[in-house]
Amino acid sequence: MITAQRSSSGSSHSPRSPSSQPYLSISVTDPVKLGNGVQAYISYRVITKTNFPEYQGPEKIVIRRYSDFVWLRDRLFEKYKGVFIPPLPEKSAVEKFRFSAEFIELRRQALDVFVNRIALHHELQQSEDLRTFLQADEETMERLRSQETGIFKKKPADLMQIFKEVQTKVSDVVLGKEKPVEESNPEYEKLKNYIFELENHLSEAQKHAYRLVKRHRELGQSLSDFGKAVKLLGACEGDALGKAFSDLGAKAETLSVRLQKEAHQLLMNFEEPLKDYVRAVQSIKATIAERANAFRHQCELAETIKLKEINLDKLMLTRSDKVGEAELEYRELKLESEEATRRFENIVRLMNEEMVRFQDQKTLDMGIAFHEFAKGQARLANNIADAWRSLLPKLEACSS
Amino acid sequence: MMGSENQGFEEAHIDASREEMESLVLDDPSNNSNGTKSFSHHRSAMSSLADSHHLLSRPMVAAPADSDPLLAPPSFRDFRNPNVAADNSSYIEPPSYADVIFSPFDENAVHEIDGVDSPGRSSDSSVSLSRSPSSSSDYIKITVSNPQKEQETSNSLVPGSNTYITYLITTRTNITGFNGSEFSVRRRFKDVVTLSDRLAESYRGFFIPPRPDKNLVESQVMQKQEFVEQRRVALEKYLRRLATHPVIRKSDELKVFLQVQGKLPLPTSTDVASRMLDGAVKLPKQLFGESVVVAPEEVVQPAKGGRDLLRLFKELRQSVTNDWVGSKPPVAEEDKEFLEKKGRMHDLEQQLSNASQQAESLVKAQQDMGETMGELGLTFIKLTKFENEEAIFNSQRVRAADMKNVATAAVKASRFYRELNAHTVKHLDTLHEYLGLMLSVHGAFSDRSSALLTVQTLISELSSLHSRAEKLEAASSKIFGGDKSRIRKIEELKETIRVTEDAKHVAIREYERIKENNRTELERLDRERHADFLNMLKGFVLNQAGYAEKIANVWAKVAEETSAYAREST
Repeated sequence: MITAQRSSSGSSHSPRSPSSQPYLSISVTDPVKLGNGVQAYISYRVITKTNFPEYQGPEKIVIRRYSDFVWLRDRLFEKYKGVFIPPLPEKSAVEKFRFSAEFIELRRQALDVFVNRIALHHELQQSEDLRTFLQADEETMERLRSQETGIFKKKPADLMQIFKEVQTKVSDVVLGKEKPVEESNPEYEKLKNYIFELENHLSEAQKHAYRLVKRHRELGQSLSDFGKAVKLLGACEGDALGKAFSDLGAKAETLSVRLQKEAHQLLMNFEEPLKDYVRAVQSIKATIAERANAFRHQCELAETIKLKEINLDKLMLTRSDKVGEAELEYRELKLESEEATRRFENIVRLMNEEMVRFQDQKTLDMGIAFHEFAKGQARLANNIADAWRSLLPKLEACSS
Repeated sequence: MMGSENQGFEEAHIDASREEMESLVLDDPSNNSNGTKSFSHHRSAMSSLADSHHLLSRPMVAAPADSDPLLAPPSFRDFRNPNVAADNSSYIEPPSYADVIFSPFDENAVHEIDGVDSPGRSSDSSVSLSRSPSSSSDYIKITVSNPQKEQETSNSLVPGSNTYITYLITTRTNITGFNGSEFSVRRRFKDVVTLSDRLAESYRGFFIPPRPDKNLVESQVMQKQEFVEQRRVALEKYLRRLATHPVIRKSDELKVFLQVQGKLPLPTSTDVASRMLDGAVKLPKQLFGESVVVAPEEVVQPAKGGRDLLRLFKELRQSVTNDWVGSKPPVAEEDKEFLEKKGRMHDLEQQLSNASQQAESLVKAQQDMGETMGELGLTFIKLTKFENEEAIFNSQRVRAADMKNVATAAVKASRFYRELNAHTVKHLDTLHEYLGLMLSVHGAFSDRSSALLTVQTLISELSSLHSRAEKLEAASSKIFGGDKSRIRKIEELKETIRVTEDAKHVAIREYERIKENNRTELERLDRERHADFLNMLKGFVLNQAGYAEKIANVWAKVAEETSAYAREST
């Protein structure tokens, strides 16, 4: 749970009472498997503690499932274009069936982080949809969920397609293949390149991190097998040597357990943050796509307006009676165009702000992950050293 | 079995290097910044078991700087003194482990990771098991090197077709039975087979180290160079093992093999052709019941194919009788102690095989860990470079710096894992070695069984001869004055009985001798195995602990460097 601080900018709500700091703190807990077979899903308990005046009281508990979180993400994506919406854990159709404890815990953790990041964000935390998500009863949620037709409602395959298109478009522009309806902003180009390359690097890092988790498990397993074999050998030998073998085997088995534990820690505190980082970058890509759409829309309208202008002039010259109509259309279009421009510029502004926040946040997130990683490895190695060394006195005694 | 080469040698070597180590550690840490010179002469303390008493006599958490290189001296743990902590990267292994290729954006890291010169000693491919031979200061050191192609001389029908490889076998020794203290010969693999066969004949009942396989298939399939190198290593191991066997090292066969220039003057086979002829000639006579003079000494050797077909048949019949009839054979294996030991050996072999397999898996897992850790490190290094190059915000540079610390640590840890593994391999190799030795135990036990079988065969032969003689005597006594042909037959039979009696005595003597050999060898095996396994365990444990500490220090440093984030995390 991370306590959110309200920012003072852009806030049009009632003045805060000086006696208490505003907070919005959420926890996603208690995963419970419901339903059967293909229909099975996990439900989570979402507990909200807040003193925000818009909320119904200091504490509220609701039951939510993964698709509710998806709904929230989609709504935010629609409403807050330009903001990097916090990423959700993958919708894994396959793993769901197996529902391993580890998978459930990882998902729960990721959902908790997701919703708290929203609560921390000075714009997103004001969202009405957030309030709905945190407070509405389950029937309402279900109704809302089934109405959703946002971008993310599309199947994962479609989503991938959209991302790919964004990617191709960017690289096409970079490679000079396709000509505009793209911004010709060198700084922005750099940013886009950066994001795409970053994703590649991070994916690779995450892959290796995952492999490292596996290696820990494998080493643990082989130590366990080795320990057992050594114990059997000891039983064969008998007397002092046999005891020495036996002790060694037992130690190996102890360390095996320790390694499995560390593997789990590694997964939760190192690999998952890397995965989260990758997701965050993918979310930025989605925003990049939105910006491209907004830009294109703006350009199209600008084109249309030019045509309308020409047409209007023509009509005025010919003193046609269609002038009035045309003028009206023109004025409407002008408004639309201004609106589109506003929207686009808003996205640009937000993106710039978001990038700063993003970089800061990621430095912090990774710093923590690195720290935990290093601490974990050091602790593990020390445990291993201590365990083995503890055998030495007896081994010494054997040979004397 | 296997013994360490030169105990005295190695001890002197250690002391010298230890002094160097001490002086280095006490030196100003700035010395260590150039990693290449720090511990270059320090040889691998872990691979020599002769060291173990040095290592263990030192206190675990040592205050003095001359503490055990394996057990990290306190300065290792003191990461307020980063120079000392950081650079104890590798003072042990050859540079191949240090070949981490990445662009030197940080000289420090490069120096740390570049590693260190390999120590000057010659590579010791085999485990040095530290049992000294009977007298502690004598030694035989054998090296196999310099493979060369040679032509088979004129005898071949197809000119120039037959080539073979010879190896240079160099011996250094101070044992008096040899002519001189250093000498070399060239031998081919066939010669080794001959040596092995001759030893098997002369030293029945002993645990004779098994020779390298002929590898007929592999020699065709493998790259020639690889195969030759593999064989060279195997031959060296084999000869060294022979040289540490207390009895075999003094054998004439080995002496001849190591010293006599030119063609190896040992019979290449037990002259199968002539023996077959002998056997074939004798067979009809025997089949018709005529007596045959069998030289007692011939009895001593086990019946071999072609050698004495009839004897083979008889012994086979006897063993079948032993098995099926279940009647107690005339001389039973009544040594319960031996049977128990045999059972134990069988168990031991099984457990050794299992442990050996699991040891291999462990080694593989350690290797994988090291590899993946290294790959992770390299990926982060790439990321660091990327962020630095593309940095717009300061937070990116900070992140890049954090990442670099992690990356460097991961690469270092990766090298440690690989070094750890190299040593683990050497230690656990003891398991493989003893597993291989079980072959020679089998051989010795089967020497015993075949000797026993020979005795049993002769005894039942005798009893049937006696009963034939009795029958003949009974028959001829009924005829007054005797039956000339029968009397002659009885005389011949009696002669055969006498000869067979002699043979029986020889066979029993041989059997007893082999039994005694078995016994002393079993004792030796137990004794040496105990010592070797104990050393293996100690070495393994020290190795694991030592490297775990090094790895811990590497990560502790990063934890320290990122400790600011600890306060931030919830």
